[in-house]
Amino acid sequence: MRRFTILLVFIALVAVTACARRVTPPSTTAAQPAPTSVTSDAPPPPPERVEDVVPLEAPAIVADGALTARSLDDLNRDSPFKPIFFPLDSAEMDEAGRRVAAANGDIMKRNTTWVVTVEGHCDERGTAEYNLALGERRAVSVRAYLVSLGIPAARIRSVSYGKEFPFDSGHNEEAWTRNRRAHFVVTSK
Amino acid sequence: MTRADSTSHATPERRSRRLPRWPLGSLLIGVVIAVHPGARAQQAQPAPQQPSEIELRISGDPGAPPRYAVPEFVALTPDAAEAAKTLGQVLWDDLNFEREFYLIPRDTYATVPVARTREQIAFDAWRELGADAVVYGTVQRVGNELRVEVRLFNVRSRQSAFGKEYTGPAANPRLIAHTSADEIHQQQRALRGVARTRLTFSSDRNGERVAGVFNRDVREIYVTDYDGANQRRITANRQLNITPVWAPDARAIAYTSYRRGYPDLFVALIYQGVQEEPTRGVGQNWLPMYSPDGTRIVFTSNRDGNPELYVMNRDGSGVRRLTNNPAIDTTPTWSPTGTQVAFTSDRAGTPQIYVVGSDGLNLRRLTTTESYADRPTWSPAPFNEIAFAARTGGGYDVKIYDLASGQTRQITFGEGSNESPAYAPNGRHLAFTSTRTGRPQIFTVGRDGRGVKQITRDGSNYTPSWSN
Repeated sequence: MRRFTILLVFIALVAVTACARRVTPPSTTAAQPAPTSVTSDAPPPPPERVEDVVPLEAPAIVADGALTARSLDDLNRDSPFKPIFFPLDSAEMDEAGRRVAAANGDIMKRNTTWVVTVEGHCDERGTAEYNLALGERRAVSVRAYLVSLGIPAARIRSVSYGKEFPFDSGHNEEAWTRNRRAHFVVTSK
Repeated sequence: MTRADSTSHATPERRSRRLPRWPLGSLLIGVVIAVHPGARAQQAQPAPQQPSEIELRISGDPGAPPRYAVPEFVALTPDAAEAAKTLGQVLWDDLNFEREFYLIPRDTYATVPVARTREQIAFDAWRELGADAVVYGTVQRVGNELRVEVRLFNVRSRQSAFGKEYTGPAANPRLIAHTSADEIHQQQRALRGVARTRLTFSSDRNGERVAGVFNRDVREIYVTDYDGANQRRITANRQLNITPVWAPDARAIAYTSYRRGYPDLFVALIYQGVQEEPTRGVGQNWLPMYSPDGTRIVFTSNRDGNPELYVMNRDGSGVRRLTNNPAIDTTPTWSPTGTQVAFTSDRAGTPQIYVVGSDGLNLRRLTTTESYADRPTWSPAPFNEIAFAARTGGGYDVKIYDLASGQTRQITFGEGSNESPAYAPNGRHLAFTSTRTGRPQIFTVGRDGRGVKQITRDGSNYTPSWSN
């Protein structure tokens, strides 16, 4: 199963480099929480290094055929979408956030049947109650930006989870930074 | 005294977790304390005469609270021995909780001879121990019921100041003790006790994960006795269920659930196992709060594009918008009369507490010196104050705004982060969420900041609401 997936990714990567390199959004790696693409130029890894290769699925965002073949769960587990991070107590996207949002919008434009839910998340430094509204603000602000880029509003739902589902359970600046985000989930394709 | 209080309920009853989905109806609806008709005659209630009524109230030394002794109850039948222990301990804890009396620690009673009958009560020994009042209680098991007699004696006069007989299910001696404690507080101090009240909260203690690809903990709604006993789950949908609040009749709990993939309001009629969805199909809705008369619910909704407050009848009819501002308006709470709503808004740049009439008029801002304030909760009468969570350093502390003076006082002081305050129905206590012991847990505290007591210990627990 995993071997098959890797094969698909490999095929996808070949396709990407052959004909569609410039479609890759320029800044997607900037917002990636855990940079894992350093091995992209490495020689074929030995079998026990297979785990390291798996994250390379992320750049395969243009391999629509491969993505479409995957289940929703698989798709969201190794999502082609990048999260958009926010400053403390704020629902305003900065320049980096808008670049990521635009790249996510490009993915939606290429996969015209996909419907996504934009989840708004907050860090634990806000209160549980207010964060429900702040997360709503974050999700709505990303949704509005995507709509302004031409994505039909009907294809984007928004939902806030406040601080209820942190991505990083730590209690430090690094964790808080990762938890203040708009997170894309494909709900239909 | 307070130290003993804080450790006296260290053991939540875990067995309740295995109960089926809707256990409360069958278990609790029958828990009605029947006071024997004949028992009324036995009570020490003389004809309504001023001097005699005054005598019923047991006082302590001038300027000091009366000193109470509550020894173990006398088991009149061998199979009531366990209940006798429970009754004495729970009554001691309940009477201690309001801090109207000084409860003499039970481990000092060893010097006092045990009384097997009323006539054997060792008044002299109790007096030497410093007691102004002593409880003499008996319990016998009759079938599936407990028959309990509680008498409160004035140690000096050796007269009975309070006497009642209770009959209740053998499975729940705690409720009999709670009932007696509330009645003693009422009779001796004209005080509404909270021993029979309960808390509801949200918890991940089941350890289940939301279905799908993410490591997300399920949160379900739970209820517990006010002292942490009898913790039970009332939802089982394996989703995110948060911010539960009691209906004033304590028979329903409204809460926010993501069971349809987005936040919406649900009402659990806990004794019927019935679920209502008053806002279904209209926007996303969260943070419900019942009006004091139980007829209306105020809540936050994004139905018009951004978080605003709305009021509806409890069945979902008659929705009215209460706020209209491009900023966030959320976290509403009612005034005790139901004529005003306090809430959180960031219209001035940061979350602050505001008050508006329930007709949407007369908006005013309350907090002006906080950097961040949320979860206002309006005290019941006779207190006229609003508790809230205020950002203090890295976390939050519970503060209380006095509406008459405009002054704010603080009741927690940086021990962990302290959020989501909720008043007890008599206004003398608050429940809140605190991380002072690690993971978020429910605690209670007096409105003066004294007597902090931990209620939950299992999993992480959030956003308490206190029943009537």
